[in-house]
Amino acid sequence: MNARLRFTSLRIALTVPVLLLMSVFVFMMIHLVPGDPVRTMLGFRATPANVRQVTSSLGLDKPLPQQYLDWLGSALHGDLGQDYISHESLTHLLAQSLPVTLELTLVSMTLAVLVGIPLGVQAATGRRWVRRLTEGFVVAGISIPDFWLGIMLVLLFTGTLGLLPPSGYVPFTQDPALNLRYMLLPVVTLAVAETAYILRTTRGAMEEVLDRPFITYLQAKGVRRFTLMFRHALRNASVPIATVIGIQFGVLLGGAIVVETLFALPGVGRLVVTAINQRNYPVVQAGVLAIAALFLLVNLITDLVIGLLDPRVADGAGQ
Amino acid sequence: MATQGGHGTARRQMTGLRGLERRTKVGACILAVLVLVALFAPVIAPHNPEAISGNLVLGAPDAAHPFGSDALGRDVLSRVMFAFRVSLAVAAGSVVLALIIGTAIGLTAGYFGGWVDTLLMRPIEMLLALPALLLAVSLIAIVGPGSLVATLAIAIIYLPIIARVVRGSALVVSAQPYVEAARARGSSHPATMLRHVLPNAAPPALVQASVLMGFALQIEAALSFLGLGAQPPTSSLGLMLSDGRDVLSQAPWVEVFPGLAIAVTVLAFNLFGDGLRGRLDPGRATR
Repeated sequence: MNARLRFTSLRIALTVPVLLLMSVFVFMMIHLVPGDPVRTMLGFRATPANVRQVTSSLGLDKPLPQQYLDWLGSALHGDLGQDYISHESLTHLLAQSLPVTLELTLVSMTLAVLVGIPLGVQAATGRRWVRRLTEGFVVAGISIPDFWLGIMLVLLFTGTLGLLPPSGYVPFTQDPALNLRYMLLPVVTLAVAETAYILRTTRGAMEEVLDRPFITYLQAKGVRRFTLMFRHALRNASVPIATVIGIQFGVLLGGAIVVETLFALPGVGRLVVTAINQRNYPVVQAGVLAIAALFLLVNLITDLVIGLLDPRVADGAGQ
Repeated sequence: MATQGGHGTARRQMTGLRGLERRTKVGACILAVLVLVALFAPVIAPHNPEAISGNLVLGAPDAAHPFGSDALGRDVLSRVMFAFRVSLAVAAGSVVLALIIGTAIGLTAGYFGGWVDTLLMRPIEMLLALPALLLAVSLIAIVGPGSLVATLAIAIIYLPIIARVVRGSALVVSAQPYVEAARARGSSHPATMLRHVLPNAAPPALVQASVLMGFALQIEAALSFLGLGAQPPTSSLGLMLSDGRDVLSQAPWVEVFPGLAIAVTVLAFNLFGDGLRGRLDPGRATR
């Protein structure tokens, strides 16, 4: 128990420097823009007075270290600054868009796990045609670009069949049924590739575990097949599966940038892309920071879960 | 690892290996055709990809235009061929760049180990703390959109992956007696690294690179689709997908074929890379 506690606190402590470095990168983004970022942002509206006003409102006239500390200080207090175009608070913008991205990625990942793991177990143990079929799904799922798949789904479900709305969004709290109708295609679009990766990893890990002597022993003892597969074998195969789920969450967050733009979902990804095209750097910074922090959090949770699944990991880190 | 499993593992490796052999061949054949198409696009393209034709607007596929024509009456097949060149160039450029820099860093880190290893690898691994596409998008946000920036951005995403793979095998190879023997014979550090460590540490990185090529094509397409990659009049597959979306209901072929081109290419790179990986290290074939 002691080792586990030490592992947990060590892992959480390790997140802090990464988060700080990431904040430096995000902070520096606006300073790395070639030329004067304010002139780039303002474009044809870059009159000397406007440039002066925006420069001072973004604090760009102060020394760099002080700018960073000011920015970090207010970010830690939940104030990320202002969108210089709409003058809306960035914290407010994120509070609106983050739930959309979270719903999209979490539901996609849940779907991918619920489909990918049982299929992976089947692929490792099932008949030949099951193996063939899942193999084909894996290859196709990994190779097809997600956004193209999304477009093809739109073509099929809204064009030909007329079953679902092509794009748009309604918050879940406002109208759950309509929200799900809008989310269905984006979720499936994102989930297909994830399912393929989880399936492939589950199959590989299960094949390895099923070769071990304790499985033969349990078989000889007459343990039911279902119990054998899901309670004993899958438990032992869970570490690589959890690792891949964690890694793939990052891919999913990246994919959300494209899928949100495609389906006009007002999430953080679309916020960032729109802001890049408007050269709205403060919004880009806030969005990138939010997605990166979310990914760090997921990595942290994944590592802690792996520590729980395989106590040897926690023991090893504690020594 | 190798001692676990006994018969089952051995049997599976044999069937697996045979399966992989065929996969590698199929992947290699598709790739050969695709590369030839890219190289000779100006010769084999049936039409001028930029030729606008008023009476062919959104024309359905037929014998003269097997992939149909787009909103400006341009031949989609010819456009796919030319766009494919741009996309493949970005993918190849980024992977080669990542391979050169990543190998240099990984080799040095793995060969010297110790503080050199820490100093080189830690900052690079930080790059892995960001989701890949987000990193690319952030870099483009700073520098501005374009094919060249997209190439650099994808190279930066891949750099840590290649560096890690090379470092791992360089670490193992550097501990081999023949490396020590070379040093004892008076071979300098750079000479030992290049002549003895690199040839033995490079194959896994090359295999990794062939898989990454496929994904580079996907990332390039995604970036261009978002308007952050190739800029018109240059056409890439992602840009074609973005154009095709506007006429999706009237002329789905404008959208279907560029996407299929990406899917087939990624598939070929995966088959090829996975097969090679299986040959190189059967234990890691599934990862």
